[in-house]
Amino acid sequence: MFAAFLQYLFSGLTSGAIYALAGLGFAIIYNSSQVINFAQGEFIMIGGMSSATLVASGVPMPLAISLAMLISMAAGIALEKFAIEPARNSDVVTIIIITIGASIFMRGAAQLIWDKEFHSLPAFSGESPIAVMGATLMPQSLWVFAVSGVVIVALWWFFNRTMFGKAMLGTSHNRLAAQLVGVGVKKVLLASFALSALLGAVGGIVVTPITFTNYEAGIMLGLKGFSAAVLGGLGNGGGAIVGGLIVGIAEALASGYLSSAYKDAIAFVIILFVLFFMPNGLFGKRGTDRV
Amino acid sequence: MLAIIIASAPLGFSNTYFYDVGVNAMFNAIVCVGLNLLIGYAGQISLGHAGFFALGAYGSAILTVTYGVPPIVAMLLSAAVVGLLAFVVGRPILKLKGHYLAMATLGIGIIIHIVLKTESKITGGPDGMSLDNFSMLGFTIMGDRMWYWVSGVLLVLTVWLALNLIDSPVGRALRAVHGSEVGAEVVGVDTSSYKVLVFVVSAVFASIVGSLFAHKNGFITPDIGSFFHSVELVTMVVLGGMASIFGALIGAVILTLLPQILAAVEQYEAMILGAIMMGTMIFMPKGLLPSIVSSVKRLGGGR
Repeated sequence: MFAAFLQYLFSGLTSGAIYALAGLGFAIIYNSSQVINFAQGEFIMIGGMSSATLVASGVPMPLAISLAMLISMAAGIALEKFAIEPARNSDVVTIIIITIGASIFMRGAAQLIWDKEFHSLPAFSGESPIAVMGATLMPQSLWVFAVSGVVIVALWWFFNRTMFGKAMLGTSHNRLAAQLVGVGVKKVLLASFALSALLGAVGGIVVTPITFTNYEAGIMLGLKGFSAAVLGGLGNGGGAIVGGLIVGIAEALASGYLSSAYKDAIAFVIILFVLFFMPNGLFGKRGTDRV
Repeated sequence: MLAIIIASAPLGFSNTYFYDVGVNAMFNAIVCVGLNLLIGYAGQISLGHAGFFALGAYGSAILTVTYGVPPIVAMLLSAAVVGLLAFVVGRPILKLKGHYLAMATLGIGIIIHIVLKTESKITGGPDGMSLDNFSMLGFTIMGDRMWYWVSGVLLVLTVWLALNLIDSPVGRALRAVHGSEVGAEVVGVDTSSYKVLVFVVSAVFASIVGSLFAHKNGFITPDIGSFFHSVELVTMVVLGGMASIFGALIGAVILTLLPQILAAVEQYEAMILGAIMMGTMIFMPKGLLPSIVSSVKRLGGGR
């Protein structure tokens, strides 16, 4: 009984950590530009696909992983430079369509550069499961927890202790004021897309040994990350992490105890339920409209 | 004018394939005119309308095949159920703003899609369902030509209905909601009722077209309710031009034809489609029709 529960909890935490990273990516871009980037899932896919194919073609794992992160960041920067920057002052709907267009474009490119097959990475440190009170834990899940933890701490340090991080945070609070005190808002925008792409890539790389990846893998991961970000309250980093973990655990429990077919629906049922009662997410700021 | 275009277009059609594409374009156009009332006029986004479309289609399929209900009754019954559903979820959902609204409608669409895919005892699951022609009073709509005329008449009717709605007090209230919701409330517009009303109207349009599409195709799969189809519908509206009925028509026609043309370069289809979506929105953020109209006006003014 308890062992089964623990087992679901482990798998929930593993996917929850990935949703949390994706959700953080949404939050970072949203904070600096008020844009919801529907191509966030594609960064995860690019990270997974490029590391998997590089390793398969004989590149040593650490090098392949670094290259995959660079490739994702390049994609993020290109997206900001060529698609978001020129459309800065457009409607919400217009920008949503631009980022969805970008995600379709990236999927098309991935299908062309790689293929439609599933790819995998070897697990970072062996495949022998660890027994924990009757449940089993794959070493790769530990990697996912550890890497996500390190990334989250590093982000906190970046936003609270470095000059550039503080500048980014400042821009999210008040763009004009930040500009007045000398923050290069354009640079901040570029950095936020690069950082989100990096987060996505890291998530994609650590989870590929467990879930495999293909050119379409980013769609659902992206949407779940978006749910995580909205659940926690858009633009709230801590909220996105909690939201991601809630979505991941709820999903794992539901597929264990209810029906695995409805696994993907759970995230959206939760989000609708929460939004009905808390229109700004769990930790969102109560906004007032300026007329 | 629209009636003339629809009536004269077949002169250029050399085979039934053109009729088939034409019918699909007009089906999409009807959905888009409805969706445009919501997005373009009331300013509320929906990323879940394919869900309503699919519910209409499956409603018709299940009622006619499993329960032997006449098609017209099945269509109206499904539309009523979808309308009711939209009404029930509309109230809490339309209180949300911007990205939260996008998330909620997206969620509804995806939940519908997953239910259709999973409840295979009722819906046939991912394998889909087949159903018969649409017949009424001993008269059966068959073949692409007949469907062409039927959908043509329906499209003209829809456009007429939409144009009237926009010019009515309801339409003015909606545009006020788009301009400034608080402003509209201050002058006494019951904004949430109006928003729910358009939401229901656009959902019913989608449902009816879904039913017709199911009968015309004779076979449906859950993928007509996918997130991608919802995105396609919204893109048609925004690409053609928001808050412009004819813009929505143009958007629907272009995005129906595009995949047919791009099928020739199969490998690059997704990349080109994505690039066109990005390019149009970057260079013509208001959509094709309004941008073209304003640049023509500018040219005319210069002379």
